[in-house]
Amino acid sequence: MTPTTTSTRPSAGDVLLLVGTMKGAFILSSDRSRKKWKVDGPHFPGEAIYSIAFDQRGGRTRTLVGAHSNHWGSTIRLSDDFGRSWTGPERQAVRFPEDSGLSLAQVWQITPGRADEPDVVWAGVEPAALFESRDAGESWSAVDGLLRHEHREKWMPGGGGLCLHTIVSDPKDRKRMAIAISTAGFYRTDDGGKSWQARNNGVRAVFLPNKYPEFGQCVHKVVNHPSRPERLFLQNHWGLYRSDDWGESWQDIANGVPSDFGFAMQMHPHDPDTVYIVPIQSDEFRVVPEGKLRVYRTRDAGKSWQPLSNGLPQDRAYENVLRDGLTADSHDPAGVYFGTRSGKLFGSNDAGESWTELADALPPICCVKAAVVGTA
Amino acid sequence: MAISVIVPNALTPYTKGVGTLVVSEPCSTVADALAVVASRLPALTDRVLTEQGEIRRHVNVFVGDESVKFLDGLATKVSDGTTITIVPAVSGG
Repeated sequence: MTPTTTSTRPSAGDVLLLVGTMKGAFILSSDRSRKKWKVDGPHFPGEAIYSIAFDQRGGRTRTLVGAHSNHWGSTIRLSDDFGRSWTGPERQAVRFPEDSGLSLAQVWQITPGRADEPDVVWAGVEPAALFESRDAGESWSAVDGLLRHEHREKWMPGGGGLCLHTIVSDPKDRKRMAIAISTAGFYRTDDGGKSWQARNNGVRAVFLPNKYPEFGQCVHKVVNHPSRPERLFLQNHWGLYRSDDWGESWQDIANGVPSDFGFAMQMHPHDPDTVYIVPIQSDEFRVVPEGKLRVYRTRDAGKSWQPLSNGLPQDRAYENVLRDGLTADSHDPAGVYFGTRSGKLFGSNDAGESWTELADALPPICCVKAAVVGTA
Repeated sequence: MAISVIVPNALTPYTKGVGTLVVSEPCSTVADALAVVASRLPALTDRVLTEQGEIRRHVNVFVGDESVKFLDGLATKVSDGTTITIVPAVSGG
């Protein structure tokens, strides 16, 4: 795979890799072979891109970027032409209501809504709150039930701030969705966002006197598969878990991983039993164990995990992958991709069996999202 | 009354390229002057103030040669001929 610099004009079946870094966004594109990549960017040079998404519902080809200027604040920027041009909004569209006393620090997550609600987009932000757009990302409003949650005053910021970083929806039930907050834990609504219940039974909080509180866990990422949405996989700040009942209870599935600490977690696009993670040594030494860069994959819903390292550096590779730094495309075999804090981007066009370095000196990578053009 | 508000280059996309704004409406504080600016150029003010109306952490606002951090913040008094300067703080990496 040989990256070159050019503008992105993909066609149906091509793969897009949207890469958010601490210094701007990059858009990589390839045909379905995923052997040769074009690199476009940086977009928003100098701004930190913690969240990025591609939305093809409703006939759109919309890229949404949460861009953060250290000086001028955070905005969500939109492009309908693969980054050739970006629209405002001129105003800061994600705004906390004045009576909340809160101000937007960062947009941590942008997630298109369900397929049958093509104009709905969700954003998770810091300080922890969920925002909803009903016009595909043009305007936003805070979800009141979570904004005014009775637990809010006891939520504590993690190292990255008090952030809502994970949004999980239920394609079978419009009123059900879930979010995760560092450090507050996993919350679910069954009434369309009016009320939210902590669902952390069995998830450990190693840093608290009470190791199993109702809430206060530092959940790093949660994923599910649309064909089996009630089954959730959770990467915790120490701990790897699965729930088969939408978070009512969680079971430890750290079976054979070198560490159950980590951030990134990605569902296989076609198999609800297959999940990818990147274990990290510890919270004090946030690099991959033994200096070996390995993605771990389970194909049996967490009963066992196997390392995937073919093509990845295995000697003095002190890398870290952040919570949104691991992604997959929807081709078969699936493409799997991840970016590191040191600006390296790796890709696999065979579901993780082998890997190639796609870029080796990008700015620190915050997030990577993959999409196949023409598949809403 | 004429108060000048000097805008950094990075924010001139939100002022149609104008680097110095003139506020001629009656104002007694920096907050008053910025409120007038906000009524004309809300996108500019979004980048200077948070939605709670506070100066962003990495933005400095000067009255004359002194940062309002060392005066009375947004309540710092202004009068005819005052120059308010908005500058990005020396920060980041």
